[in-house]
Amino acid sequence: MTNATITSVSGPVLKARFEQPFQIGEAVRVGERELMGEVIRIQGQEIVVQVYEDTSGLRPGASVRGNGVPLAVRVGPHLLGGIFDGLLRPLTGTDSAYIEPGSVKVPPRVLAFEPGVKEGDALSEGMPFGDVETLGGRTLACLVPPEVSGKVARIVPGGEYADDETLCWLDNAQSQCTELAMSHIWPVRKPRPIAERLPIAAPLLTGQRILDALFPVAQGGKATLPGGFGTGKTVLQESLAKWCDADVIVYVGCGERGNEMSGVLHEFPQLEDPRTGRPLMERTVLIANVSNMPVAAREASTYTAVSVAEFFRDQGLHVALMADSTSRWAEALREISGRLGELPAESGYPAYLSSRLAEFYERAARVRTLSGNEGSVTIIGAVSPAGGDFSEPVTTHTKRYVRCFWALDSARAHARFYPAIHPLQSYSEDVGALTAWWQAQGDPHWSATRRRFLTLLQQQARLERMARIVGKDALPMRQQLVLLCAQVVSEGFLRQSAISPVDRYCSPERQARMMRLLVRFNEVAEKAVEAGASVEELSALPVVRGLQRMGEEIAEDHLDQFEWLQQQLEDDFASWTRASANVR
Amino acid sequence: MYAELSVEGTATSIEGPLLFMRHNVNVGLNEGADVIGRDGRRRLGRITLLDEEHMVVEVLESTEGLSPSTTRVRLHGEPLRFGVGPELLGRIFDGVGRVIDGGPPAPSVQRLSIDGFAINPSHRAKPTDFIETGISTIDVLNSLVRGQKLPIFSGGGLPHDRIAIQIARDARLRGKGAESFAIVFVGIGVPHDTAESFRHAMETSGALEHTVMFLNLASDSSVQRLLTPRFALTAAEYLAFHEGKHVLVVMTDMTNYSESLREVSASHAEVPGRKGYPGYMYSDLATLYERAGTVIGVSGSLTQLPILTMPSDDITHPIPDLTGYITEGQIVLDRELDRQGIYPPVKVLPSLSRLMKDGTGKGFSHEDHPALAQQLYAAYAHAVQMRVLASIVGTEGLPKTDQRFLEFGDRFEREIVQQVERRTLEESMNAGWEVLKTLPFSELHRLSDEQIRRYISKTD
Repeated sequence: MTNATITSVSGPVLKARFEQPFQIGEAVRVGERELMGEVIRIQGQEIVVQVYEDTSGLRPGASVRGNGVPLAVRVGPHLLGGIFDGLLRPLTGTDSAYIEPGSVKVPPRVLAFEPGVKEGDALSEGMPFGDVETLGGRTLACLVPPEVSGKVARIVPGGEYADDETLCWLDNAQSQCTELAMSHIWPVRKPRPIAERLPIAAPLLTGQRILDALFPVAQGGKATLPGGFGTGKTVLQESLAKWCDADVIVYVGCGERGNEMSGVLHEFPQLEDPRTGRPLMERTVLIANVSNMPVAAREASTYTAVSVAEFFRDQGLHVALMADSTSRWAEALREISGRLGELPAESGYPAYLSSRLAEFYERAARVRTLSGNEGSVTIIGAVSPAGGDFSEPVTTHTKRYVRCFWALDSARAHARFYPAIHPLQSYSEDVGALTAWWQAQGDPHWSATRRRFLTLLQQQARLERMARIVGKDALPMRQQLVLLCAQVVSEGFLRQSAISPVDRYCSPERQARMMRLLVRFNEVAEKAVEAGASVEELSALPVVRGLQRMGEEIAEDHLDQFEWLQQQLEDDFASWTRASANVR
Repeated sequence: MYAELSVEGTATSIEGPLLFMRHNVNVGLNEGADVIGRDGRRRLGRITLLDEEHMVVEVLESTEGLSPSTTRVRLHGEPLRFGVGPELLGRIFDGVGRVIDGGPPAPSVQRLSIDGFAINPSHRAKPTDFIETGISTIDVLNSLVRGQKLPIFSGGGLPHDRIAIQIARDARLRGKGAESFAIVFVGIGVPHDTAESFRHAMETSGALEHTVMFLNLASDSSVQRLLTPRFALTAAEYLAFHEGKHVLVVMTDMTNYSESLREVSASHAEVPGRKGYPGYMYSDLATLYERAGTVIGVSGSLTQLPILTMPSDDITHPIPDLTGYITEGQIVLDRELDRQGIYPPVKVLPSLSRLMKDGTGKGFSHEDHPALAQQLYAAYAHAVQMRVLASIVGTEGLPKTDQRFLEFGDRFEREIVQQVERRTLEESMNAGWEVLKTLPFSELHRLSDEQIRRYISKTD
């Protein structure tokens, strides 16, 4: 335990004179209310501390205490289903409806533990010493934390234990004893060790058609979704958190709205995971550092979130981390940097913005864990560019480190075309690696269909520009058909309502059927145009409306209706052919 | 309560709004202070820096007339607080909570910190109560719910004040009797006539007794503008969460607030961000806007309707941009519609209400409401696109269907956007179905066959 005395305080930054030495990055407690802070600079006999909470009322002479460890949080199975602040302190279980500065004592969660080893067993880091039953009956392994090993000296019998209670005692070669609980303390800025990084192999299926079909992200991949206000970043992030096929979701609301976090809290317990049938909340950890909570903690909250994600990855799980929004995190960096009087780089952001972003996104990976299992952390970060301008520093730097770029477009959002992902500005670098996966799943045409849709959308953009000059009617019939087909793909496939109970989630099976149907429509329509059909006639066919509404109309448990729709498609064109033959 | 701790003659210098003093009393950071000059005028201030020898008081009003040697500072011994009580209603205060309607001081039952505390997200109730404002473009297309913060993005010369007054006067919950509601009007750097016209409108509609006004007039201290919304929101929070009233806070004009923020930031010699506004403007605005909401177990609610004028009508300017990132949507006013005499001149496409999905539909407003809104948006967006096309190639260069979209666009603006009288939700929705009849059924992709049969293709 080291002590220091405050000499000056201004905003969230204070200086303190110390007797015993402190370290850079050391976590400290400040004043009577034990506000949390971190040492960010040491000058002579003084430390500079960034405080994570409101500093009102602090004064020179108050104490600053540290115990030599960096900013760390308690990670463990108790986090599932809970909501926490940026420093992983529970937000539930408090009496006051308001967040008051200082430490709150919240009773620990009690979970059932079953030992898996016996006294005398030798354990190394990452090895399981028992099982714990979490929310909804899911069993997770209790692992020996990284950098710890030894022989089991004692282990408790099976039963109910608090999350921070000692369950197992390990003696190492030097006969030092380490106490293990189901949770442990981990310094947030340090990536958790792994056995090895693995190349990406499978997609993170998001249940969102435009992403899975056109811009897929792999398990262990990294994606960003930039967009101005009102383009649907948060709704898309929430949809991903709800319907993607990860085992655990870590959702960090970083400098965003309080009502959104409470919306998630109200909604998730009532929604079912389409794969397991369990409430979505059971696989979710919410970290809320809303916009009016202290800025310094916002800086820490993304690291907290990624540490939590890595903890679950180490259990051999696939974890998806949604960060909304990384721009607010970058702004927190800027604000703290400004208070320290650092030289600003672009737009006032510190020069190390780019390297901090890189560190964060590099923690996404598919790995072999210390215990030999396969796990992954996928990071999906939202960016809120100032003025919706993608050339600002946070967007441009992020773009260099992510593999998937999902650009949100305000024109689409204005027309309430959601998800407002612009198909021509977005990209995914994971496509190459994932083509093999789709082939192995029995969908050899996935890549070709994807290419076909993208080409269609590209042509549409070009032809619309041309139509602006010559008029739509003046375009050749084949080109008018391209416009019709692109419209049907956009309306029928790319558009997906996040609030419709039928359409908010789309399984790979349903998606594949829709793709096949659209390709078929494209083919027969081309034939019809060659046979002399006008696009105006074709667009009036009932099946065209059917195709554009199939997402809304055909539910996951009625996939056979696609066959009726296909039949309608064939019938419509057959009757058109008969009718036109009669006329001639 | 005020601790009567007063120091005199320890000030060493004054730089802009900052008063530097020797530190010889026991004070804490951010505590309030009264700075009293030789003229005897009391100026509010707060402690912004403390070290072992010095302390800095930020004076929140003009420092003109102060001289270090004669300045007396009375320390509150607590953060700035505002005395609130049920008798705030019907009263008028200045920007820092002093009565200016000529009456006696308003008795207070509680003294609350003007900065408030952040509502714990896990204690927030989900806002779902649909508010009928009587304006179709808001009710049908961008529904307002209780506990929401929905700003009006306007421009100089546009009728934002009239719309705000109309909403304050006409807004009601559907299907419920009179409930206890209150209005907090916050004038931030507003001209005297704006304040007066609001007061007059509230008086004639009989709502003045439910209204608390906070006025920082254009002629008042600009530094005070940073405090005005904080005092007002403290009063609003008291009325909502202690007295259980449904409070609508109208704040005008947030642009003046942001300008003051820039002014004060510059006087502190801080590193400027975009357009000279401080880098923390997002967080600072959030501390105001996030005070809207509803809390589990409390019957009241706090809804915000901030108004801001976009400098040179630019929606990407930092003030509307950062506001839009914090608030739950925005209502954008349009100069072109205003010139055509369309009132309220709501520019529908960039307008948005994020909480609409929670307050509309079955059990909230009307079962078919969300689909209707979706369809109107999609069709109007297409119509606007076709207008651009038609302006180059002429109407004749468009296919028949697209020509009908043009007609739809015109009718939409004349029959839905424009309105003379208050409309109920049903009237607004009927206007919507009616206008959709302009389009061929095959173009109505956002409506189900059932909805088309029920509302569009029926023969009257």
